[in-house]
Amino acid sequence: MSAAGMHAGGALAGLTPGFSDPVGAAQAVFRLCLERLSRPGTLAEVRSDAALPAGLHVASGALLLALLDQDTRLWLSPAAAGAAAYLRFHTGCVPVDDPAEADFALAASVRELPQLERFAQGSEDYPDRSTTLIVQVESLATDAGWTLRGPGIADSVRLSAAGLGAAFALDWAANRRRFPCGVDVFLASDSRLAGLPRTTRLEDSACT
Amino acid sequence: MNPTDLPAAVERDANFNFGYLDERTKRMIRRAILKAVAIPGYQVPFGSREMPLPYGWGTGGIQVTASVIGPQDVLKVIDQGADDTVNAVSIRRFFQRTTGVAVTERTVEATLIQTRHRIPETPLAEGQVIVYQVPVPEPLQRLEPRETETRRMHGLAEYGLMHVKLYEDIARYGHVATTYDYPVMVDGRYLMAPSPIPKFDNPKLHMNPALQLFGAGREKRIYAVPPWTSVESLAFEDHPFEVQRWSQPCALCGSTQSFLDEVIVDDRGGRMFVCSDTDWCRQRRPADA
Repeated sequence: MSAAGMHAGGALAGLTPGFSDPVGAAQAVFRLCLERLSRPGTLAEVRSDAALPAGLHVASGALLLALLDQDTRLWLSPAAAGAAAYLRFHTGCVPVDDPAEADFALAASVRELPQLERFAQGSEDYPDRSTTLIVQVESLATDAGWTLRGPGIADSVRLSAAGLGAAFALDWAANRRRFPCGVDVFLASDSRLAGLPRTTRLEDSACT
Repeated sequence: MNPTDLPAAVERDANFNFGYLDERTKRMIRRAILKAVAIPGYQVPFGSREMPLPYGWGTGGIQVTASVIGPQDVLKVIDQGADDTVNAVSIRRFFQRTTGVAVTERTVEATLIQTRHRIPETPLAEGQVIVYQVPVPEPLQRLEPRETETRRMHGLAEYGLMHVKLYEDIARYGHVATTYDYPVMVDGRYLMAPSPIPKFDNPKLHMNPALQLFGAGREKRIYAVPPWTSVESLAFEDHPFEVQRWSQPCALCGSTQSFLDEVIVDDRGGRMFVCSDTDWCRQRRPADA
């Protein structure tokens, strides 16, 4: 982040290790991400031996270590800014200040989550060029909350994310209307991970 | 030791990175796969690598498989439904040598299936991943060769050209003459080439519990159909979609529900029809004589 301390091990001295087995861990974490994005509303337990800096949950830290490299631009919300040096060192990712330029973005908490339209949306011709957003939440559960429908879901499933309420549901509906453009979201809570591809519809359940 | 039952053991060659590809390539392909899953049927461009076999031999499928596969996977590779044809055997050996994973010919045992031009007859299950080798990912390419134009058509969901093509088939032949790589609509939005599977297999694409990934190496495209996703074969109300039927059952297992290959058995015109899916056929024969 800051230019100060980049010399003589100043910034590197405080860095903690990443994956002990980068090849195996990246594959395992990617596979969990793939399965969760293919089956919205299901939860994965992400295991990782990376010593993550403060501000990163296990699931979101592992996802970023597995998928980022020199070709990806990363936006971090203010409370996660302390993790920038760690992620840059281990992945080579390029930090950006404008969410609209980000390939990946991390909101350290629901409070720091911008409107979804502020992220890269892709274009009609290239809808894949949109931000993949990770939102850290306090808890995730599958027996309450929204009813999810769409590709990857046989009929419907339930998902609740602490702190994500009606405002997010409205924002998500707007994201859904921009299809095929729009952001894709991973929800992370400690080691738990859930995927919300842009195709998923969130409906309020009768009783929550 | 019976060589037909026991393929020679292939040892993991530690001189290769796991799965042959370098890690940066895998990350690039993995990010493309995630976007492909999020936009069902949309073709995501990716930086296809040179592989140790020529384009047209499944390089797209191999790169997708190499980016997905892990040490716990059980891999099945089929070529036109068969586990023992040259393309399937060489790709299976490639992954045994570069990953050391367990391999199988049983569809039910596999966690990861790479296929050329067939979907197994045995229904796929939740949690399985099937990777298709795709020669031509763009369903509109023969109608509009300019990629800039087909990309625009996909952006606007403007697929009238394909309906005209199918209509011209009906006007000329009385029926839709496409029998393989039959175009489909994914989740009601993207027109997609299902790879050259026979149209017999098209209904299996629809609401399949497995994750379906498509890799085109030469054309540098990856696309996907998530589990439980609507996949509709194009048709007209008065000319509904139909699959091939045979007048006789499989000569080996008697199956009447499988896709049959015609096999010439002598020089006097003798022929027989047998299942193209070798695992399905073998499981249905009682004592494997």
